[in-house]
Amino acid sequence: MKMHEKVREPLFHIIKRDGLVWWKSWLIRIAAVAAALLFSGVISYAITGENPMDIYLTMIDGAVGSTHRVWNLLQAMAMLLCVSLAVTPAFKMRFWNIGAEGQALIGGFAAAACMLKLTGVIPDALMIPTMLLLSIVAGAIWGVIPAFFKANWGTNETLFTLMMNYIAMQIVSYFVSIWAVPRGSGQIGMINGSSNIGWLPRLFGQKYLVSILVVLLLTVLVYIYLKYSKHGYEISVVGESENTARYIGINVKKVIIRTMLISGALCGVAGFLLVAGSDHSITSDTIGGRGFTAIMVSWLAKFNPLTMILTSFILVFMEKGAGEVATDLGLNHAFSDIITGIIIFFIIGSEFFIHYQIKFREKEKASIDQDDKTEKEVKA
Amino acid sequence: MNYAIELKGITKTFGSVVANDNVNLTVARGEILSILGENGSGKTTLMNMIAGIYFPDHGQIFIDGEEVVIRSPKDAFQYKIGMIHQHFKLVDVFTATENIILGLKDQGKYNLKKAAARVKEISEQYGFEIDPTKKIYEMSVSEKQTVEIIKVLYRGADILILDEPTAVLTPQETQKLFAVLRKMRDSGKAIIIITHKLHEVLSLSDRVSVLCKGKYVGTVNTAETNEMALTEMMVGKKVTLNIDRSAPKDPQKRLEVKDVTCLNREGVKMLDDVSFTAYSGEILGIAGIAGSGQRELLESIAGLQKLSEGDIYYHNPKTGEVDDLRNKTPMQIRDLGVRLSFVPEDRLGMGLVGNMDIIDNMMLRSYQRGKTMFLERKKPKNLAEDIIKQLEVVTPSAHTPVRRLSGGNVQKVLVGREIASSPTVLMAAYPVRGLDINSSYTIYNLLNQQKEKGVAVIFVGEDLDVLLELCDRILVIGSGHITGVVDARSATKEEIGLLMTKTTAVKEENENENA
Repeated sequence: MKMHEKVREPLFHIIKRDGLVWWKSWLIRIAAVAAALLFSGVISYAITGENPMDIYLTMIDGAVGSTHRVWNLLQAMAMLLCVSLAVTPAFKMRFWNIGAEGQALIGGFAAAACMLKLTGVIPDALMIPTMLLLSIVAGAIWGVIPAFFKANWGTNETLFTLMMNYIAMQIVSYFVSIWAVPRGSGQIGMINGSSNIGWLPRLFGQKYLVSILVVLLLTVLVYIYLKYSKHGYEISVVGESENTARYIGINVKKVIIRTMLISGALCGVAGFLLVAGSDHSITSDTIGGRGFTAIMVSWLAKFNPLTMILTSFILVFMEKGAGEVATDLGLNHAFSDIITGIIIFFIIGSEFFIHYQIKFREKEKASIDQDDKTEKEVKA
Repeated sequence: MNYAIELKGITKTFGSVVANDNVNLTVARGEILSILGENGSGKTTLMNMIAGIYFPDHGQIFIDGEEVVIRSPKDAFQYKIGMIHQHFKLVDVFTATENIILGLKDQGKYNLKKAAARVKEISEQYGFEIDPTKKIYEMSVSEKQTVEIIKVLYRGADILILDEPTAVLTPQETQKLFAVLRKMRDSGKAIIIITHKLHEVLSLSDRVSVLCKGKYVGTVNTAETNEMALTEMMVGKKVTLNIDRSAPKDPQKRLEVKDVTCLNREGVKMLDDVSFTAYSGEILGIAGIAGSGQRELLESIAGLQKLSEGDIYYHNPKTGEVDDLRNKTPMQIRDLGVRLSFVPEDRLGMGLVGNMDIIDNMMLRSYQRGKTMFLERKKPKNLAEDIIKQLEVVTPSAHTPVRRLSGGNVQKVLVGREIASSPTVLMAAYPVRGLDINSSYTIYNLLNQQKEKGVAVIFVGEDLDVLLELCDRILVIGSGHITGVVDARSATKEEIGLLMTKTTAVKEENENENA
């Protein structure tokens, strides 16, 4: 009977925007972060009863509250950024490499194995170059295997790279248990703790400075590679349209394999920096999920290596700050993940409002007439 | 009198693009209304709003004098509006009947037999020829279209909208469709047909409404108008619809295709023993129903298709040598010194990269030049600016992604790039599809200029009138066979239409024998 109720303009409909001026889209993003902070403030107050302002101040303190913390933040940023740089060429080619975790881990493992087995065998001065080389090779191999299968037989790279992660983890677990010090302890512990062979040198007294500078250099190189080199151009064409690539005679197979070699090699570098620059040990959790977080860093930056500096900063800042909130205010660690989740959700959600606008129903005088008219039953 | 549908002041925008600007329209029952307009004039958008796919920003829709709001295809169906889209929405492995009743809920029991009987009844009423138990993948394009039409009739539609129904049909099939549509009109249905073919408008419809760049120009009675007047309404100014065709000068063998056979991924023969020769200084047209092997033929020549049999010989005008292009990659062909340009059918999916700007798209053909590993963007930039200037490409700048350009401008960019390499063979597949009249003539003129320069031009087209006016010879292709070669100066449309269906006819006979 009440069919006519339906005969009204919908409450809102969605309209595509015509591209915003850059400052407007940044305004939307900043508004999103502000809204996220407000919302998580409400949530945290509702759940914990803590003053949201205290929570935020604790976060800032936890992330950049002391020189030591700033260096830690920069190191964590550099490592995340390095893995993100590694996945970016693959993503630009629409090759969904979610195996950065495994590629970096196997790279780190190569470096650690070098330190364990070659200390005293090769000259100390050659140690770091050997580690770097082997890490790059190991990462590249891990990256190129799925690429080879994808290029030749069209296998699904997402599943393949994901599975390669588990293989890498199991290999590392296996060797960690047979090389464990002391035997049976299940962990390797710090390698060359007294001689520091295979440790990256301190620069200006700063332990992490070398890794940070290396990553900074890589950022610029990857940016140039993607934007100004012929290889980078081919990657874009293959990613945008394989048909176009075929049409102009690009060897698609070659590009896929070459790009994944680079992607894997960069992951290898990340693994090397983690082992030689900060951990000086290896476990199956050395990469700590960076291989996956990197995907987010790369996407949020729209595959632009320079923007990735900013997005990796946001994510690391959140992680460090939220960790401090958890310990300092005696809250469960899951709570910090909730806040991080809310903020990332808002940032990603803001992209929708950058591309679309929502148009609400206009109140019209005619609406009363319309209601009268629609009193009549509408036959189905 | 109440109209079946009346639109008042309909406006719809997409971003800054105004697809429909204050459009008014009426259709009565027992009438065929043509909506005429160039591509991009907003015809389909307007119809989609009646069919519930888009929602208008402003304006009112009345059905039988009552204002209604159509928010979804379901609402549209409720008002007995049925739309037959340009791209069919059918399940390939289902039969005609199964597709027709798919998604109908108010049928009670699932009774295929009853449904099939009803389908038959509808077919007989309007004179359709359809086998209700035939599977979609076994059907020709026109049969699929018939299924789509019956689908909306089965659902009780009495206002029918057809979006460019004749684009995929041969002249003979078009006549059949028109006969059916006239019967429907006589039984009191309101029919709206979108088209940009003037002669169809004149032969079929009772009234014509013309749109131009999203704006409503006006409605005229078909009996009181003619092609020239309609064109003027459509384009907004007088245009001369003549193509200058010069006689080929000193034709030389340029490209020889010999006994070429090629298979698709499923192992079906897409080209079957195809042989022909293209000469310099002539335009060789290729006519055929869509999907008869035109794409495979051009891709074979361009080095994108593996041939299972046959050879393609290129007669090099500089050296006088003859090279076999068989199974060579596009790179190898280029390295042989063969200057082959190819304007593919799929402009943004193959010829260009939509998200790249005009400059980067210019580089597609030439990015490998230079010895360093870095790109050289200076020459492509100059080329882009030259093309924008010479071909009057409408774009904010050379840095605009080509995806943002209109269809005609995209095509100018693509053709401009392909011509810039001064080719000896130029292949163009449906180069004016989706273009307005002015852009179409720009493209025809460019092809003619190339011909006069002594280029062997191969032109795959769908509009037989244009093929007959533009080409020197026309090759007709049907189901992968060459079914005839005619002289474009003396052949008729009907003759070509018959040749287009020739192999299909032969195949159907075989099937009947098997059955």
